[in-house]
Amino acid sequence: MFRQASRLLARTTASRRSRAFSSDVPATPAQDSNFIESWTKVVPNLDPPKTPSSFMAPRPATPSSIPTKLTVNFVLPYASELSGKEVDMVIVPATTGQMGVLPGHVPTIAELKPGILSVHEGNDVTKYFLSSGFALIHANSVADIIAVEAVPVDRLDPALVQKGLADFTQKLSSATTDLEKAEAQIGVDVHSAMNSAITG
Amino acid sequence: MASNAAVPFWRAAGMTYITYSNICANLVRNCLKEPYKAEALSREKVHFSISKWTDGKPEKATLRSDSPDE
Repeated sequence: MFRQASRLLARTTASRRSRAFSSDVPATPAQDSNFIESWTKVVPNLDPPKTPSSFMAPRPATPSSIPTKLTVNFVLPYASELSGKEVDMVIVPATTGQMGVLPGHVPTIAELKPGILSVHEGNDVTKYFLSSGFALIHANSVADIIAVEAVPVDRLDPALVQKGLADFTQKLSSATTDLEKAEAQIGVDVHSAMNSAITG
Repeated sequence: MASNAAVPFWRAAGMTYITYSNICANLVRNCLKEPYKAEALSREKVHFSISKWTDGKPEKATLRSDSPDE
């Protein structure tokens, strides 16, 4: 259910930029044959109505052999950064550590922590700093990466990052309630991640 | 269903994921370099009006254009 949501999100943002989903299978709508048979038995004179599944573009099928490229959809609430782009590998900052995703990766849902997403295509590597989000990897080697805020690393201002880090470290030591401690901890985590992104 | 042993620290402190995610996004936006920072903040501005209803009638509406702080 959640998978469909991110796919639909990617599709609507893609169509706003009028570019088709590059891995779309041309429309042989998936009709529910059971439904059609039972309908024709009961009501032979009328055409069976279309079901929701016939309106949806079918998800690209899981190929029997591992595909050579990974299809990446990288979306933000306000823009679609990458839509149906074929790449060799992406490295996502999962909460369990940097996770490399190659074509043929097992289907996974990973929560992301603030960190760097790198997209590897041939010899080019594009890096973005993500604030947080999720990465959904499907069996057909499509990866949906959704983040709230993502910027190329060179748009981060080192002075502001250092200042934020110092502020939050100080807040962490002076925090009293659980909520204040949690907020200060989040601040420290995000700023340290930005710091290592800039310097690393 | 096993109870989740290690909840993230923010959930243990009573914060929801969406609050956590919005805090992280705000922190990142505040650390951007100049032209991008202004764009990001203007993109995220919200402008709304709230009115309380009593006895089926709205009271005076208050107009708020908060910047999205927690």
